[in-house]
Amino acid sequence: MKRIRSHGNAIGVVLFAAVIAALGAVDVFRPFGLRFSDLTGRIVTMDTMIRIGILTIVVVGLNLLMGYAGQISLGQAGFYALGAYASGILTTLAARHGILPGIADTWWWAWLAMIAGMILTGGFAYLVGRPILRLKGNYLAMATLGLGFIINIVSGEFPGLTGGNDGLTEIPRLRIGGFALWPMQRYYFLVWGMAILVIVVAVNIVNSRVGRALRAIHTNETAAGTSGVDTERVKVQALVISAVLASLAGSLYAHFQSAVSPNPFGFTVSVQLVTMAAVGGLSSIWGAPFGVATLFVISDLLQSRMENVLHIQGGGYEMILYGILLVLIMIFLPAGVTTSGVEWVRRLRRRWARSSGVETV
Amino acid sequence: MPRFFQRRPVRIIGIALIVAVLLIASLALGSLKHYSPQNYIQLILDGLRAGSIYALMAMGFVVVYSVTGIINFAQGEFVMLGAMICLSVDAMNLPLSPALKMIAAIAAGVLLTTGIGILMERLTIYPARRSSAVTLIIITIGVTITLRAAALLIWGADPHVLPAFTTLALEDRIFRFGGVMIQAQSLWIWATLAVILILLYVFLQRTLIGKALRACAVNRRAAQLMGINPSRMSMLAFALAAALGAVGGIVLGPVTRPIYDMGVMLGLRGFVAAIIGGLVSVPGVVVGGLLLGVIENLAAGVTDPAFKSVVSFIILIAILLLRPQGILGGGEKSTEEL
Repeated sequence: MKRIRSHGNAIGVVLFAAVIAALGAVDVFRPFGLRFSDLTGRIVTMDTMIRIGILTIVVVGLNLLMGYAGQISLGQAGFYALGAYASGILTTLAARHGILPGIADTWWWAWLAMIAGMILTGGFAYLVGRPILRLKGNYLAMATLGLGFIINIVSGEFPGLTGGNDGLTEIPRLRIGGFALWPMQRYYFLVWGMAILVIVVAVNIVNSRVGRALRAIHTNETAAGTSGVDTERVKVQALVISAVLASLAGSLYAHFQSAVSPNPFGFTVSVQLVTMAAVGGLSSIWGAPFGVATLFVISDLLQSRMENVLHIQGGGYEMILYGILLVLIMIFLPAGVTTSGVEWVRRLRRRWARSSGVETV
Repeated sequence: MPRFFQRRPVRIIGIALIVAVLLIASLALGSLKHYSPQNYIQLILDGLRAGSIYALMAMGFVVVYSVTGIINFAQGEFVMLGAMICLSVDAMNLPLSPALKMIAAIAAGVLLTTGIGILMERLTIYPARRSSAVTLIIITIGVTITLRAAALLIWGADPHVLPAFTTLALEDRIFRFGGVMIQAQSLWIWATLAVILILLYVFLQRTLIGKALRACAVNRRAAQLMGINPSRMSMLAFALAAALGAVGGIVLGPVTRPIYDMGVMLGLRGFVAAIIGGLVSVPGVVVGGLLLGVIENLAAGVTDPAFKSVVSFIILIAILLLRPQGILGGGEKSTEEL
């Protein structure tokens, strides 16, 4: 059994939070007239950082489900969409139709909608989880894919409720009392605060009894069952947690974009989420933000640099490279960029220790 | 165990029940729209046409899955590539008669796509052959993204046209029986499906290399011990899948307007058909494909076309939950393997 290193984790959290806070602070205080995007050569902007934070929350959930419980989901964008639509519908339609006057106008209504979305999505995941998680491997992948598709297509119908294919617009920004969590710099701190909180909670789940049960299921479901793990229940729990996190991220996305439509929640997004989780390392919670960031930076870099270097308009080339990079990462770093990177550093250190004559285990 | 062509007691009663329930439901809904019998026959015929394409695609899924255990997301891109290469060659200025040019274009479409399939296997699947199922799925998705983006660059974002086989022009000959219309291209599609089915049967059951492929699908390790090279078989499976996809795309070309992203939805439908058929049996997925085409078309016809794809995914989930081995009986391997 791996030793639980709560100490190392605490340091990691503090360091990570400090870096994130420092990056945000650059944009708030603008030292020497610098902006955040200048630090990265205008490739990563504040906007990208917020998107990375939002998707980190989804990918952490996916990590719990895929890396620890060993259950694949190709429909995570569906849960993400449920959260976004819950927030979108509750905050715009109630106000437009004058339902619940006095309540729908308050600042805490949006937060209530967010929580309602999480409860609804979690409940939905619980209901579909029992039958669906009986499936395994590729079959589970396809069932979740179908689920994601159905949510996506249905969200494009019912114009009265979801706005149809045009979606909902003018979703209000979040605020706490009179303090608006906007402009972007403020929202950055909210999103990343939540993302770090989610990471901490997830790391704790992984190191708890539930986490051990999840890993046991991943290694061998039958053995876990005979050792007294209620495998069905634990798997459903993992799905519900991942769905609730996706819903939270969806709500944050809705208030960030101030609009929702079926398009950003399609099958491609589900695939991207799985890819981000895989690139970050499936059984590494800390890999999530790096996996998300890696894919964002690759596609942004390709987009901006390709246009500058090759003078090609309209894109296309960057998607070719994106696909090739994806394949290369999966072939050469199948454990994910973070895990493989850590492994590499460890090997280097071992080699260094050996050459300097120090005994290591 | 995957045996491709094993004669198995087909669960006729189960299928008949499903079909009966769906027919009654569609009759009830259709009567609201005052549909005549001709309307239904038309819907069913159109469904059988679409279903034939799904069946061709599903065969590609089955061949790759049985031999390598991989769900190949790029199957839909093979269809797109087949159609696109074919129409490009056909549009070239070759010193050939229109009919010969069409034949050359079809051959080029199938051969080049097969080559791409082999390249894909050698470059992406072979180096990662020991990876987990998730990794391999993501790899095929990566290939899909690359192929689709390349197609967008080469052929642009606009839909293209492929001339009909019978007339070698955009206008196809149409046969009318009462109120029912059948395009000549539909007959080509059904004939192609039948010919492919026979060829595949002969190849898998009567040739040595086909038998080796089947052996690999039954038990890779045992096949290897018998001197069969599983890596070569994996390559062959991808080549076969690419060829099947390309043929599907080419015969479908004249009835749709081929576009660079046509592979996405086709691929998913082909996969649903494969699931209906149990993922490991060729006759199973042919029935699955035809069934899916008909159900989908009827459902879309009597309700709203927007729900066409919802129907296929509801069928997908229902079958996965109720009978993961497919409604035609079949693979015991499937649920345990991955």
